[in-house]
Amino acid sequence: MDAATITTWMNEIAGAVRAERDYLIQLDAAIGDGDHGINMTRGFDAVVRALAQEEDGTPGKLLTLAGKTLVSSVGGASGPLWGSALRRGGRALGDAPTFDDEKLVEALEAALASVVDLGAAVLGDKTMVDALQPAVTTLRREVDAGTVLPVSLRRAAEAAEVGMRATIPLQARKGRASYLGERSVGHQDPGATSTALIVRALERTVAGSQ
Amino acid sequence: MAMRKFLNDPEQLVKEALVGVELAHSDLLRFDRENQLLISKSAPRQGKVALISGGGSGHEPLHGGFVGVGMLDAACAGEVFTSPVPDQMLAATKAVDGGAGVVHIVKNYTGDVLNFKMAADEAADEGIKVEAVVMDDDVAVQDSLYTAGRRGVGATVLAEKIAGAAAERGDDLAAVAGLVRHVNERARSFGIALSSCTPPASGKPIFDLPEGEMEVGIGIHGEPGRRRAPLGTASEIAELMVEAVISDLKPASGANLLVFLNGMGGTPQIELYLMFAEVEARLSKAGYKTTRSLVGSYITSLEMAGASLTVLELSDATTALWDAPVNTPALRWGV
Repeated sequence: MDAATITTWMNEIAGAVRAERDYLIQLDAAIGDGDHGINMTRGFDAVVRALAQEEDGTPGKLLTLAGKTLVSSVGGASGPLWGSALRRGGRALGDAPTFDDEKLVEALEAALASVVDLGAAVLGDKTMVDALQPAVTTLRREVDAGTVLPVSLRRAAEAAEVGMRATIPLQARKGRASYLGERSVGHQDPGATSTALIVRALERTVAGSQ
Repeated sequence: MAMRKFLNDPEQLVKEALVGVELAHSDLLRFDRENQLLISKSAPRQGKVALISGGGSGHEPLHGGFVGVGMLDAACAGEVFTSPVPDQMLAATKAVDGGAGVVHIVKNYTGDVLNFKMAADEAADEGIKVEAVVMDDDVAVQDSLYTAGRRGVGATVLAEKIAGAAAERGDDLAAVAGLVRHVNERARSFGIALSSCTPPASGKPIFDLPEGEMEVGIGIHGEPGRRRAPLGTASEIAELMVEAVISDLKPASGANLLVFLNGMGGTPQIELYLMFAEVEARLSKAGYKTTRSLVGSYITSLEMAGASLTVLELSDATTALWDAPVNTPALRWGV
């Protein structure tokens, strides 16, 4: 995997959040303020534009740039959370022109750690952590077991989607949905939903290149 | 159904509105288009502590309407209901710092807190003294280790005025930030919605409110409240708001109060005055003295119908700071 993997992944995410924009808005309107689809689309469109202007960056540099772009263009909670996550992931990839399966897992572990540090959310709080953490844990386990990467990523994406659906019966304890108290129960978390899209986009990126 | 809004392109609404603010109030402030900031014409002033705030747009006149003299030095405008980004807050901090430090007044929403935190860290790296204070006065939300905590709502307006006056008279950074904290500690708010609102970018009302019902315990982003209830009379609703605020604030007996009856954007002033009378009667019956008041739409949720009540327990010091001159687009007296 190399710089093109990162660029393709970001393009895939931009396409996915644009396609699901109205669905994310609808989920967010139920328990938040209805702007999640708009913010994620604005952010990843900006990332695609920023990466298109970057001629010859390393994968780490591109992922860091993607994170910085999100911080500067999204706002809300998603901007700092995903922005810091991708920056930390980019730093974990280092300066090498390519990266292997192990490095990819390390980058995603760093991204998860960043989200948990900044957002102070844990599993079960009805946030993006509910999708991201199972995805990263699954990916780590599969890669350590020697599973080929496309299969590992498919299982990680499935774990993210299971975690995403598991947010439905939860009462939110972090983020804007927490203001609703018990009324947040019965709705799927928009942040966990976009997170599952982001993991699924990575799976497609890697599957398409191998 | 088409939105009944004055729009050209929803994506340009915030910028286009800020152009209007600058044109209407060019004596007081200027619009930094690149960073989407409103900056006081009098900033930076050497030796004066500067105050900035910011947040999503759609709450007008908050925050840009409070930029001028005796209140905020700059306001960062995000997209509608979306926190601004750290680049904006950093640019605002640098634009207004007069060497005495900058107070960040942050409403307690996850996004606002995270973005302001990133900006404060970067400002500190560049050698600017920043004190951030997070406002969380909304009693509708339970505060515990297991929630995002209470929201920052009406008390933000009062904190910006009172701390702004303290900065104006020359208080240092710790004192100005301390006053923001004091106002936050001695004020509580509670809001009721009679309708939803429609963010221009999505074009749909955030929630559906059937006739004859109200949302109880709302914030300022059109989000549903804690519960839904049958629409009561003004008197019943006032009772609900006063009870929620006073039971949590627990003012000293016979305390002097600043009573702020705020409209959410779609409720006419005549109804706000009616509600104020209902609220004042209850507070007075409970032995409190409403020595200062503010009635009007100052922290809004687009065109939402509804109102919020904020009560601040006053001291002689905060009363004097409230009375001090202020000259901004939305609050102006003593000048």
